[in-house]
Amino acid sequence: MAREIDLMERQRRLAWFLIVPAVIVVLLVIGYPLIQVLVYSVLKYKLDGVTPPSFVGLGNYLFILTDSDFWRAVAVTLIFTFFSVTLEAVLGLSVAMVANSKFKGRSILRVAILIPWAIPTVVSSKIWAWMFNDIYGVVNVLLTNLHLIPQKIAFLATPITAIPVIIAVDVWKTTPFMALLLLAGLGLIPSDLYEAAAIDGATAVKAFFSVTLPLVMPTLLVALIFRTLDALRVFDIFYVMVGGQGNMATMAIYNQQWLVSFLDAGIGSAASVIILIFIMIFVILYTRFSKTSFQ
Amino acid sequence: MISPKKILKRYLLRCVGSLFLISLATSTGFGVTIRCALDSDVGEGGRFSKALALEWAKKTGNTLEYISRPNDATATLQQFQQYWAAKSPDVDVYMIDVIWQGIANPHAVDLKKFYTEDEIKQFFPAIIQNNTVNGKLVSIPWFTDAGILYYRTDLLEKYGYKEPPKTWEELTEMAKKIQDGERKEGKKDFQGFVFQGKASESVTCNALEWIYSFGGGSIIEPDKKVTINNPNAIKALQTAKSWVGAISPPGVVTYSEEEARNVWQAGNAAFMRNWPYAYALGQAPKSVIAGKFDVTVLPMGGANGKHAACLGGWQLMVSAYSKAPDVAADLVKFLNSADEQKRRAIELSQFPVMPAIYSDPDVLAKNPWFAKIPDVLKNAVARPSTVTGADYNQLSTAFFQNVNKMLSGGQSPQDTVQQVEKVAKRLMR
Repeated sequence: MAREIDLMERQRRLAWFLIVPAVIVVLLVIGYPLIQVLVYSVLKYKLDGVTPPSFVGLGNYLFILTDSDFWRAVAVTLIFTFFSVTLEAVLGLSVAMVANSKFKGRSILRVAILIPWAIPTVVSSKIWAWMFNDIYGVVNVLLTNLHLIPQKIAFLATPITAIPVIIAVDVWKTTPFMALLLLAGLGLIPSDLYEAAAIDGATAVKAFFSVTLPLVMPTLLVALIFRTLDALRVFDIFYVMVGGQGNMATMAIYNQQWLVSFLDAGIGSAASVIILIFIMIFVILYTRFSKTSFQ
Repeated sequence: MISPKKILKRYLLRCVGSLFLISLATSTGFGVTIRCALDSDVGEGGRFSKALALEWAKKTGNTLEYISRPNDATATLQQFQQYWAAKSPDVDVYMIDVIWQGIANPHAVDLKKFYTEDEIKQFFPAIIQNNTVNGKLVSIPWFTDAGILYYRTDLLEKYGYKEPPKTWEELTEMAKKIQDGERKEGKKDFQGFVFQGKASESVTCNALEWIYSFGGGSIIEPDKKVTINNPNAIKALQTAKSWVGAISPPGVVTYSEEEARNVWQAGNAAFMRNWPYAYALGQAPKSVIAGKFDVTVLPMGGANGKHAACLGGWQLMVSAYSKAPDVAADLVKFLNSADEQKRRAIELSQFPVMPAIYSDPDVLAKNPWFAKIPDVLKNAVARPSTVTGADYNQLSTAFFQNVNKMLSGGQSPQDTVQQVEKVAKRLMR
């Protein structure tokens, strides 16, 4: 008995010893900045190098939560996240299934679908912004020449046209990433399962819902978490395509504006904390969902 | 003109100054090290400035370290603010934007110590006024920039106009007539007037010009009074709103400088508001509009209005944390001396900050259109950055977002000025 406890104790000590370096690194690179942001978020702190910071309690949070600009940014971000992630998941799964089937030139296709993902977002957003330009953009030229629209449309001028355009560009860009992740998941499904399903007389649709979908689900959930968190933090594509238009700012743009443009570390940090909480809610929802669906 | 006597005097003074410095240098064994943060030396302007600064170092026996600033103005400000927050003596001379005076003020040496009244009088008064915060001369103008009106001389003639428009009303009428005529001839994409409507500093400059030209003030006046909510400002914004979809494309609310210039340079616009940089590009040999356009001051708002030109450009500042402010100031005086400004005007086509240089025959031989610029700069209107200081971006963001929203149809001019007034009053409290 005594020896067993001794062994367990030794094991435990070894375990601590082994994880301590990792804990220290995490505390330094994540814990310290996080605490600093929390401290800044309760201060009135202008980064002008003159005014000394002063304590304001929850004043910064109150300011943000009563700011209509912030709630509009939340709405824009959620709309963008919902549509882009849903479309990317559906299209990504389709592309992955095509790329997973055996045919000639499969490896070329696999490389080709990754190209949009490989282009830096700033570059591709700018290219798309030019393509959607109201006068010489190729989209307008094509649509008017084909007589699909009576006159050229300023796509990026108002949210009604600009947000769908931005979602489309994001889908174009990120579907390959989704497909790549799901392709790895599909590759893990043993082919004899499909053979068994075929012998049992299952149709292709039935096989998809009974074999493919349940088995690819864990990968799909991980991919969805990745994409949702990314989409909630979206900055570059909006910043490049519609810039500072207030009615199309995302949460990240709102944050950047206060922190970088207005040099207000207090409100900027409070905004960061609020965004963090938003993202945490999604993470908790996803983990809950994945737990129940796997039990 | 600068009299030869004055030049001689200045030259002698500089010699005496240099001699003093050299004697100082030799007495201590070597000169001082001066670090200056100027334009990125990847570009033409930066290479020019670097060569010039090194020339000064050689002449005075000091050591010079050239620091390239980021190309982007916002990124530059962020970098400089890190130096300033740390009270760093690592940079002695900074080049700063015309809208940073309030922010830079606590970190700058009063340049009135190094420039006499008479010397200061040689610069454009509007810029000097902008750069003066509570009686302190934060920075000295280096080269400048201002909004101007580009117009197609061939089209004006074709539609029977002898002169460019004097008022915005005239411009609206002329643009409409030319646009209708050109579109009838099959140029479907032809626009009457393009400007910068994008929700960014670009539209702040444009809208300030409209409001000021209608006598509607400049949002917040130098005496800290918030004036934006007034009938003239509303009238100015109403006029601008009426252009969108009529003489300007609906997409103008997404245009910054380059988008507007692309329409203009393709020959698809009768008028354009832009900065002077578009001139040389438009007159380039392969340009379809080369030789077919000219520039003038922006129109007045109504017969009783005034001309306006949003003031841009860069200034030189000596850091309050410099260990050798006197030597740094000597470099600043060298960099923006009349001779060097003339060289900049000829070699880089940058606008000098002294009116006298615009009548210099060498400058006019290279850039004949510079003759019109003093008139433009006489009407320069500064953005309310000096009075708002570090809060300027907050004011400008509220202003450009609301104006942009109004132009794209989401808001009335009355609501726009009220929204901006609300933010301005909060910032001025």
